[in-house]
Amino acid sequence: MTKARRIYEKIVTGILFSSSTITSLTVILIIVFLFREGIGLFNSTPTEKNYVIAVSRQNTIPIITSNELADIFNQDITNWKQLGGRNDSIVRLTLNDLSGIFTEEELGPDLEFFPQKLNEFVKTTPGVILYLSKEYLPKNFAGRIIPVKKITLLDFIFGKHWYPTSSPIPQFGIWPMIVGTLMVTLGAILFALPFGMATAIFMSEIAGNRLRNIMKPVVELLAGIPSVVYGFFGLVVLVPLIQSLFGLDVGETVLAGSIVLGIMALPTIVTVAEDALHATPQSLREASLALGASELQTLVRVVIPYSKSGISTAVILGTGRAIGETMAVLMVTGNSTHVNYSFLQPTRTIPATIAAELGDTSFGGVHYNALFALAIVLFLFTIIINLSVEVIKNRNQRVNQRG
Amino acid sequence: MMSFVVVAILVIILGFIAIRGIGVISWEFLTTAPKEGMTKGGIFPAIVGTGCLVIGSMVFAFPVGILSGIYIHEYLSENWLKKFLRMMTNNLAGVPSIVFGLFGMALFVNYLKFGDSILAGSLTLGILALPVVIRLTEEALKAVPDGLRLGSYALGASKIQTIQKVVLPVAFPNILTGLILSIGRVSGETAPILFTVAAYFLPRLPESISDQVMALPYHLYVLATSGTNMEETRPMAYGTALVLVSIVLIINLSASLLRRQIHKKTKMH
Repeated sequence: MTKARRIYEKIVTGILFSSSTITSLTVILIIVFLFREGIGLFNSTPTEKNYVIAVSRQNTIPIITSNELADIFNQDITNWKQLGGRNDSIVRLTLNDLSGIFTEEELGPDLEFFPQKLNEFVKTTPGVILYLSKEYLPKNFAGRIIPVKKITLLDFIFGKHWYPTSSPIPQFGIWPMIVGTLMVTLGAILFALPFGMATAIFMSEIAGNRLRNIMKPVVELLAGIPSVVYGFFGLVVLVPLIQSLFGLDVGETVLAGSIVLGIMALPTIVTVAEDALHATPQSLREASLALGASELQTLVRVVIPYSKSGISTAVILGTGRAIGETMAVLMVTGNSTHVNYSFLQPTRTIPATIAAELGDTSFGGVHYNALFALAIVLFLFTIIINLSVEVIKNRNQRVNQRG
Repeated sequence: MMSFVVVAILVIILGFIAIRGIGVISWEFLTTAPKEGMTKGGIFPAIVGTGCLVIGSMVFAFPVGILSGIYIHEYLSENWLKKFLRMMTNNLAGVPSIVFGLFGMALFVNYLKFGDSILAGSLTLGILALPVVIRLTEEALKAVPDGLRLGSYALGASKIQTIQKVVLPVAFPNILTGLILSIGRVSGETAPILFTVAAYFLPRLPESISDQVMALPYHLYVLATSGTNMEETRPMAYGTALVLVSIVLIINLSASLLRRQIHKKTKMH
């Protein structure tokens, strides 16, 4: 080999190696960027930038949580006593409703008397709570700025309220979306499993080669249809059907999402389960038949138990397909962010929430961070799914080696 | 027979879209821009946009995917590195498409400051297609009999000469099938392009890779959910759905025809 040739080969090998690292690099980059943007949610207070919450100096509450703030401004909490403070009824003051408390003459033109009036008001009203921009804060402010507790992981995951844009205080509880995602996925698997298994058994055990050659492309075509087309079909056919069938006000329900996702998960389940059934050694079947078992007995007692792990892989991969699906679910489940445990009510899944809201957020804002944090949760779901597939595969290999 | 439900589902979906959509399709529909609040006109910019995105993503995914496939299959023995690279490929394949969209937005649009552009969208879609290309390339290489490699080595050829002159020509048709399949996958994706490139309404054609474009799947989503005049945009939506489904199915069918052709040939030998 000439020297030039050797150098050439080194370079080619180098290029091949570096391309093969790109996938790993991408996975790492995805994790880095999701966390980089998502973790910001837990480092920031949920109030808008440059806005503060302030109370009277006589108020004894040391720190306030965003949920308490939301309750205060929704008028669900009306007395500081309810938060463990003094017995003062709460007086809310934001820039939008100054006029309810001060008259225009009192504030003067260009709000020049506002700082002075505000200080007087804060001194005389022990139950006051202020929400205002830092620039309107008087120089020697008579009240006390109260810190807002940062969002904790528990608030985020188990919080039941998702009001990302509500003012003065947005709420980021993703429990409704977690429930929605799990319910839609569960429904999809319940729908897809019987049909998928029946089809897989039919293709592998019953159908001759010719029928099998028809079914295979059908399943492949079903896998190839874009998700937005499934969503569109669900929207114009399934949703009205469900609405009239169950006499509902809206047809966009968990059920509609489950059926559409079930159809979309079918090809995965059929293909993987069929492969598993097909891999059962012929000798096992023949031995069973030779012992006098019928075809059906052989199937139920021998073939299915043998391919158990392949079948569970099929179910898990189908779940993975369903859990991350975005567009179709977004179009048929009705986009309600209330916690809902019924199949006949609207809901919203994690991916659908990201798709629906990311376009309206500002880069680097709390809402933007919250959607990335939501994506981390989704990413963790899929990692768990991938890992369980690996675990099943490895266990299966061990069992086969032993056997 | 429960399994015929699967066939029935396919027939119903395709039939429904074909019947509702066929009346809308005309030369005008395919070659003009949408007009009058997307109730009239056609979908030409969306077709062009999807074309741009497919080409852009493949410019990235083909070389990288094929090269990694070659490295993983031809160079690595069953060691930890191969296992690790396989696991990473599987992980990337399992990432939900919306997460690709978020990642593309965070990295390409915001961090690298490409903005909403064909460049950002193509790279995002390219990353999404990467695991598909790698896996199918590996499978194509696996189908090349080892005897051919050994024969080439016996004649004194080096590893790279063997790959170039012997392995790749034999594996080429199968690799091509894989590439066609990944084009089919990419052309129907919506979620990854939502925040990286897709325009709600943009009747002119793109001029450079930093332009936004309309794309067929996103256009269908827009027509189906957020039109101002639902009654009148519906036919447009059926037409768009039919065009999109036809493109994707033609791509997938040609891949399976090609595969069948290859099988026949190899059987004859």
